[in-house]
Amino acid sequence: MSETKDNMAALAADVESALERKRSKSAAAISWIREAALLPVLAVLIVVGALLNPHFLTVSNFTGLGQQISSLGVVVVGESLILLIGGMDLSLESIYGLAPMVAAWLIVPAASFGSGMMVSPYLGILVLLAVGVAVGLVNGLLIVKGRLNGFIVTLGMTILLAGIQDGIVKGQSPFNLPPEFSYLGSAYWGKIPVSLVVTAAIFVVTGLFLRYHRTGRAIYAIGGNREAARAAGIKVNRVRIGVYVAGGLLAAIGGWMEAGRVSSVAASQGYGEGIIFAVFAAAVIGGVSLQGGKGNMVGAASGVVLLGVVQNILFLENAPNYWIDAIDGAVILLALILARVIGGEASAE
Amino acid sequence: MHEPVIPAASDPMTAPAVEAAGIHKRFGRTHALRGVDLSLQPAQCLGLVGRNGAGKSTLVSILSGIYPPDAGQVRLDGQPAPSLGDIAAWRGRIATVFQHSMVVPGLTVAENVFLGRQPRRAGIVDWRRMRQQTRKVMADWGFDVNADTACGNLTVEQRQVVEITRALAAGTRCLLLDEPTAALERGAMQRLFERIRQLQAQGVAILYISHHLEEVFEICSDVAVLRDGAMVLTAPLPQVTKDDLVTAMVGQENFSTERSVAPAPARREPAGATAASAGPDLVVEGVTFASPGVFLGNVSLTIHGGERVGVTGLRGSGATTLARIVAGAAAADVGQVRLCFPGQGDRVLRPGDRAGALRAGIGYIPEDRQADGFVPLLGAAENITMTITDRIARSGFVGPRRREARAAPLARRLSLVSAGLGQPVRELSGGNQQKVTVARALASEPVLIVAITPTRGVDVASKELLLSELDRITSQTGASLLLASDELDDLAICDRVVVFVRGEIFTEFTEPPFDREALIAAAEGLGAT
Repeated sequence: MSETKDNMAALAADVESALERKRSKSAAAISWIREAALLPVLAVLIVVGALLNPHFLTVSNFTGLGQQISSLGVVVVGESLILLIGGMDLSLESIYGLAPMVAAWLIVPAASFGSGMMVSPYLGILVLLAVGVAVGLVNGLLIVKGRLNGFIVTLGMTILLAGIQDGIVKGQSPFNLPPEFSYLGSAYWGKIPVSLVVTAAIFVVTGLFLRYHRTGRAIYAIGGNREAARAAGIKVNRVRIGVYVAGGLLAAIGGWMEAGRVSSVAASQGYGEGIIFAVFAAAVIGGVSLQGGKGNMVGAASGVVLLGVVQNILFLENAPNYWIDAIDGAVILLALILARVIGGEASAE
Repeated sequence: MHEPVIPAASDPMTAPAVEAAGIHKRFGRTHALRGVDLSLQPAQCLGLVGRNGAGKSTLVSILSGIYPPDAGQVRLDGQPAPSLGDIAAWRGRIATVFQHSMVVPGLTVAENVFLGRQPRRAGIVDWRRMRQQTRKVMADWGFDVNADTACGNLTVEQRQVVEITRALAAGTRCLLLDEPTAALERGAMQRLFERIRQLQAQGVAILYISHHLEEVFEICSDVAVLRDGAMVLTAPLPQVTKDDLVTAMVGQENFSTERSVAPAPARREPAGATAASAGPDLVVEGVTFASPGVFLGNVSLTIHGGERVGVTGLRGSGATTLARIVAGAAAADVGQVRLCFPGQGDRVLRPGDRAGALRAGIGYIPEDRQADGFVPLLGAAENITMTITDRIARSGFVGPRRREARAAPLARRLSLVSAGLGQPVRELSGGNQQKVTVARALASEPVLIVAITPTRGVDVASKELLLSELDRITSQTGASLLLASDELDDLAICDRVVVFVRGEIFTEFTEPPFDREALIAAAEGLGAT
């Protein structure tokens, strides 16, 4: 008798757990839809682009577009990591300019506005990466160990680095970059730009890392509730500093791609162009919360693609130059509103 | 359905201050309230009790105009409730004093009392009138808080007075007090009760929400019990006993208050018997710590392997701080905390290194679960396994499935109620959030569990469950326990209770059935031994 009762109880428990699994699966499906909230917007934009201009839906346009947005995309990955951990880094835009500038200055001859040291392009690449890491480390140490406000630290750092960028080349733009250095930003594998492949790989690897690696999960925990993460024994400070370093490194790689694409480093690359606004816009449109702890690489990537497609359509349609910024801003606001409506609380908190 | 037609008999003098009829509220799949009726008369103090997740908070939110009900009607003073957007109209009728203080610390008392509705002259804030009126309201109701003090400098009790004053100044004659004693020490609690009686005598209606049944019996004239979103019992208090209330809260399951939280005497042979298999001794030596409001002076304490030690005292006595220092959540200025492993030597803990303490085997249940206990956006399983990612990850990688597999047994043992272990913890009820916090500490299979007020804000049945789990796990695994709490029910699972007064060890109780009166007296610094 009691055995039957036990069996019944066990059965009930099984049913209950099966129901729960189903519930959590459908909850996961809903959250995935939220992540993909921008896809319908993108689809509409692509249809609009195709209707407006026959060149829009061509392989060459898309590969060109892919190459253009790659460098922005890499920086967005870096900024998203920093936002996820509950931080903010304005200086990524200056790293994006300064790191390739230092490398180019070391590599190219004085006639091309270099230093005349003519160091090997490979050494230049190492220096470029080191600049990114070093600036990220200084930011991280000042913010985490020095307990300074991240906004102000990175604001100061932005201006400092942009000044150095201008100063070492006296406002000139080194050109004639060697092919080894330009390869990442300009080469193609078949019809696909190398930079696009690398950027896509960075998104995928970072996305998987965030989802499955324990440090990736620690980033969400720290961004979601730093004190709870600390109480759970997560090495909060170490992870935070590491994320600033990763952000600096990724910004340097983004700048390297851009320099390779245009085969020179403009004195205005980064800070002068104000790319940080596009970086924040892409991340936030993609649902990365400015409060930390919320967002993912699928969203960030769709934010980047959305911005790129808008730019591309405006360019193909010969939008009046003086109005491009206004249109850009309007599109960003519209995308935010749409993402909010479709994705519920996607970027609300 | 009730149409909002005003019946003839809506005389505000006789109408109930609050009347809720047939309130339904759903959140997605959860049917939080199922046709709740409630009536609160002027000068009545109605206790509202129920387990975590019974719908108390939802009901409070609906009665204070934060959410609209899906069905049913709320009437205030006989009038249909104002529309949801008209916050000022709600605040003039009914006000809620929440568990977590809602005063702005940087502003003065007067500014907080008139927050959002400062008296103005010619469009400019009339500071003089604001201070005068604050003093007048305070004087009228017999409160005594300086109108010009910054609220950041007030005690928890005084902040509560500011919140009550704010409500009264807005003309409210109906107060919802949500767990008002949760952060108060005993003296402050008695003074709060005095204030409640006084408000009641002058015709203020009070809805008193609490987990502490003794308080309800002490202060309330009537009681209402919510269970699973339905009002299962409403009665004048002298007519029901504590057992009746517990039965109503828990339902018909054979629950009895006789099943005490204190372990049966037969099993209670701790330190000596378990010492052989037990883990390391904890040695605290000469710990000194100073910060605003808390001070510890040269405290030394040893907890033997397998021993369960309670530390208690008034707020600011240092008991909680000592526990935080041991857990590595705070750094001592001077002194040493070390674990002495039998036959393997000592392991000195680096001050303030929570990660290091965890590696050494110290599990930690922090005091404030909202602030330190969990990451609200992450799932239950992820929060529970947060202390053991290093153990469950394979070369650093860990997926949801492995996390849930590790979290499931703990969740089951603590009867965690959730829609799957992936559900974000912020969607869980307060009691279940606390279970997640406890599970997180237990997941690391600690040799020493540091628990600070592990049952605060948890309903009667869950409290018993959490305490008996702590009891069972410590006796099964031989883990030691350092439990900081001012609740006798918590301390009952300890072998020894150390009482702190003003940053020093005042006395120690070593005979398990601890006497409530003696403990309270000792915490107040009376009756030295």
